[in-house]
Amino acid sequence: MPPSIQALTHIYFRHNKKFPHVWCPGCGNGIVMGALLRAITRLELEKDEVVLASGIGCSGRMPTYLDFNTLHTTHGRALTFATGIKLANPALNVVAIMGDGDATAIGGNHLIHAARRNLNLTAIIINNSIYGMTGGQYSPTTPFGSTTTTSVYGHIEHAFSIAELAVTAGASFVARSTVYHAALADQLIEQAMLKPGFAVVEIISNCHVQYGRRNQIGNAIDMLNLFKEQAVTVKKAATMDSEELREKITIGVLADRDLPISTNEYKRIREQARADQGKKSI
Amino acid sequence: MTEEKRVRRLLQGNEAIVYGALAARCRFFAGYPITPASEIAEQLSVRLPAVNGTFIQMEDEIASIGAVIGASLAGVKAMTATSGPGFSLMQENLGFACAAEVPCVIVNVMRGGPSTGLPTSPAQGDVQMARWGTHGDHPIIVLAVSSVLDSFTITVKAFNLSERYRVPVLVLSDEVVAHTRESVELPLNSEVKVVDRIAPGMPPDWYKPYQEDARGVPPMAAFGDGYRHHVTGLVHDQDGFPTQNPQEVEKFHHRLSMKITKGLDDIQLTRKFYMEDAEFFVIAYGSVARSALRAVEEARRAGIRAGLVQLITLFPFPRRTLTPYLQQCHSVLVPELNLGQISREVQRINQGLCTVVKQNRVDGKLITPQEIYSRLVKLSAGPAG
Ligand code: SF4
Repeated sequence: MPPSIQALTHIYFRHNKKFPHVWCPGCGNGIVMGALLRAITRLELEKDEVVLASGIGCSGRMPTYLDFNTLHTTHGRALTFATGIKLANPALNVVAIMGDGDATAIGGNHLIHAARRNLNLTAIIINNSIYGMTGGQYSPTTPFGSTTTTSVYGHIEHAFSIAELAVTAGASFVARSTVYHAALADQLIEQAMLKPGFAVVEIISNCHVQYGRRNQIGNAIDMLNLFKEQAVTVKKAATMDSEELREKITIGVLADRDLPISTNEYKRIREQARADQGKKSI
Repeated sequence: MTEEKRVRRLLQGNEAIVYGALAARCRFFAGYPITPASEIAEQLSVRLPAVNGTFIQMEDEIASIGAVIGASLAGVKAMTATSGPGFSLMQENLGFACAAEVPCVIVNVMRGGPSTGLPTSPAQGDVQMARWGTHGDHPIIVLAVSSVLDSFTITVKAFNLSERYRVPVLVLSDEVVAHTRESVELPLNSEVKVVDRIAPGMPPDWYKPYQEDARGVPPMAAFGDGYRHHVTGLVHDQDGFPTQNPQEVEKFHHRLSMKITKGLDDIQLTRKFYMEDAEFFVIAYGSVARSALRAVEEARRAGIRAGLVQLITLFPFPRRTLTPYLQQCHSVLVPELNLGQISREVQRINQGLCTVVKQNRVDGKLITPQEIYSRLVKLSAGPAG
């Protein structure tokens, strides 16, 4: 029996500190937080072994509520801080939690380089296609034609597919879920945290307050139902052509490959450097 | 085991910074290549792994200082090095380090600016940016080096101050100091005084990461050592959690400033030459201080009562040291490789005590001893001179 959400809140929340939280009722961020906690429980990690680093935005507040080593960085920079933490103490399980604007606009360069660099880090990217906290402006994942506070005439740019970007940039493990598929989300996070190397889990989430409402999709439940309809598994997607896939969300594991991890490689460099220094004083 | 012996080495300023950082037990460097600072990264990439440290070249300067802060939060002494344009990019996370009180050292080997400016020429144009480049009110410590030996000792000092006050410390070098080779005898590692951050002594449940105490500098736990806590760039309460409570916000700002004010005697470093009976004096820093010393010595030989105060700490500005001299002398000359960034500070504290004379050069060339000497001769003619 997996522990109930209530049991998890007793174990992991900072009860007496920073509640109530800042999220709107029904926000997908809460589902992602639950998924993360279930994954951590199943992995049987000690609280002291886990570091959560976030950027700025609604998703950025998640670590504040949880009783781990937590860090709320500058906008878009969570992965850079995470990189330093991991390199300084490779024993820590470092998870970066980012939003779509966080990870792919201001932090886009850090994301692709983290994927290429392949440290043993996990990135959870909550993609709700909008800047929620700043009032609903378009983000790099806002679909073409959508209405936002900065695209009231309809959005004229094209959206990134975050997971595919991460696959192309070379991440060891890439997966996607939606907040409707909460059980899948926590399995994917668990797999990502177990995977040696840089792992990305994109979770399509609802910002019904800033995105759903403006685009006539409705409330949180309506958005979840939409995700249910739009989702197709990786296996199913392989049988569909690009036209059929246009409005769909592919969920599951998109990439899983074994690549050298730079922290391990660096051990070799240290040995080499010590050997060289033994020979001559540099 | 053979005993460690002091050796004379022919080093450039950038190399001496590397020796200083290692002596101060810096074990992490993240950076991005830029002229004229690149030698610092290059040499640390060779030497850090041998001492179980870590070098990483990041995708840009923003990422570099992010990684430095992360490493410091995980308990390792960390630094980066850059030059003007890269320093501009670092300002955002520099502010984070100020707000979250994360010790780290940032070396800026200044080159001409603004923008890409003059990549291989000396300048001192980043002095006010070092103090005020990141937004908001915040404390910071800015040190300047003038020689190869300085580059070693001041880098050690920078780490020590950073750890003691939990504040980012900026080391300003310039292209001349960075690339000039001098023969120096560095102290042995065992002779170097190294300060480490204070770890919490209380049980983890009692730990409040930003609690006010007499020193104003709370003990610092590292991620992973059992003291789980929250770190944020938002204004936070003593538990580290965001707050907008006016009383807590005010307390946050005051403690940040107070911890530096309380340490002023320890932080404000200057060197004085011929100041006992000086009738007028020079205030200089960086490579210009060396030209100034030579000029003052020439002036003394010519029977002119000139003196020099070399600033090592530029910020917090050493007002207490300078005010008595401003009272004692009839004029002060402030030569700089910019249009007057420190003379502005001198004017601010001078309050009519004496005459402040600027001497500026922004053509990518050094201020020579002769140039300063001829100004001293003029000044010696008196206030009207
Ligand atoms: S604004 Fe949107 S993303 Fe932010 S908390 Fe509300 S629903 Fe969630």
